[in-house]
Amino acid sequence: MDFKVHVWRQKNRNSQGKMVTYELANISEEMSFLEMLDVLNEQLIGRNEEPIAFDHDCREGICGACSAVINGVPHGPEHGTTTCQLHMRSLKGVRELFVEPFRSRAFPIIKDLVVDRSAFDRIISAGGYVSVNAGSAQDANNLPVPKEAADKSFDAATCIGCGACVAACKNASAMLFVSAKISQLALLPQGDPERDRRVSKMVKQMDEEGFGNCTNTYECEAACPKEISVENIARLNCEFLRSTFISNEE
Amino acid sequence: MGWLTTKMNSSVGQKVVMAITGLMLFGFLIVHLLGNLSFFRGPEAINGYAATLHSLGALVWVARFMLLGIFVAHLSMAIKLTISNRAARPVPYVNKIFQKTSVASRLMVITGLMILFFVLFHLNHYTLKWTYPEFNDLDGDVYRMIIMGFSQPLTALFYILAIILLGVHLYHGLPSTAQSLGIYHKKYNCAIVFLGRFFAVVIAIGYISIPLSVLFGIIK
Repeated sequence: MDFKVHVWRQKNRNSQGKMVTYELANISEEMSFLEMLDVLNEQLIGRNEEPIAFDHDCREGICGACSAVINGVPHGPEHGTTTCQLHMRSLKGVRELFVEPFRSRAFPIIKDLVVDRSAFDRIISAGGYVSVNAGSAQDANNLPVPKEAADKSFDAATCIGCGACVAACKNASAMLFVSAKISQLALLPQGDPERDRRVSKMVKQMDEEGFGNCTNTYECEAACPKEISVENIARLNCEFLRSTFISNEE
Repeated sequence: MGWLTTKMNSSVGQKVVMAITGLMLFGFLIVHLLGNLSFFRGPEAINGYAATLHSLGALVWVARFMLLGIFVAHLSMAIKLTISNRAARPVPYVNKIFQKTSVASRLMVITGLMILFFVLFHLNHYTLKWTYPEFNDLDGDVYRMIIMGFSQPLTALFYILAIILLGVHLYHGLPSTAQSLGIYHKKYNCAIVFLGRFFAVVIAIGYISIPLSVLFGIIK
């Protein structure tokens, strides 16, 4: 497979970036997208040029480190797949590749395709946890959790915090991420005592980080490699209204 | 009340205000449309409807100020949200594809601004009549006023276009209110989306029917 690859090159946080075009030949369709970038980087190093910086870690689709908007879609055109699990065979018939970083004011570019996603960590620090030690596993029937709630909580918990939702949203909103983190705890008895405080603090932190607002376009759900449902956003809104009007939380 | 303003000034709170005021404005659109459709029942019906409204005196002004308040709240939240949305992505994508974002949802700001412009035009046209002094001579004959107004093809076309944009605005806005208010249930989602879009189309057709029937000489 031969490609014309347009990649966003940006030296550092403060410099101006631009798209740079590279020609790439003889790419195996069995390669992953990141392996294709590895090949390109080897060629760049061979020509004494700066290799393209990109995030990656597990390369198994479970850590949430990899990113990049590929031909206009975060993590590329294959549904429910991270960039590291995107294989070149999914790009059959494509001749030109546009590779850009996740773009959001809250995700400043560190270099090339690498963005600083620590805003997500600060949102979690604001309330995405259970404060007390929930202890070791109890007797199975001690703490009844309906199957439906357990499933939904688990689905929300599969969020790997990659930021594709922010990258996909026309407003760079982080609502899908925040709502998944709120839902996974709100649905379980362990998360219940802090639910009102949690939603207030996490939404406040989300706003302070400079993300945009949710306009219910559901682009985030379409781009999410873990297929997190927008039902979680509705649950966040519901939790928010509960914390505003029903709880004693101020 | 500090707790309420703090919460409603957050991103989620602003969307809640948008949804509630949006639903209120939708309620007004329904009532206004039902009143307007009496045009098709002849001069006595619509003139009688207008006379009844005017006879309410102070109540009309209470309703007008409430409506103005709701409209201003919806508009000011929209402006605040749009500014923060634009600021959230200072560097745009070179190449971006929308997989699910509907055209209607992407046009909300433009259709909203067009509706604002239309509302100002419409208030001047039929209520204040600042630049239409000829309507003042009709002595409260709303029926004749509508026919005179929409006999101008450009005016009628402007109304039709504005109402189509209103329909597009509602097409995304109405179903979206449920999500903003935290209403999501697999049993009702289809019905919410269907009803929202259905009412968007019905309202647009309902309002357009009036200038269209005058423009094509169906009602003279």
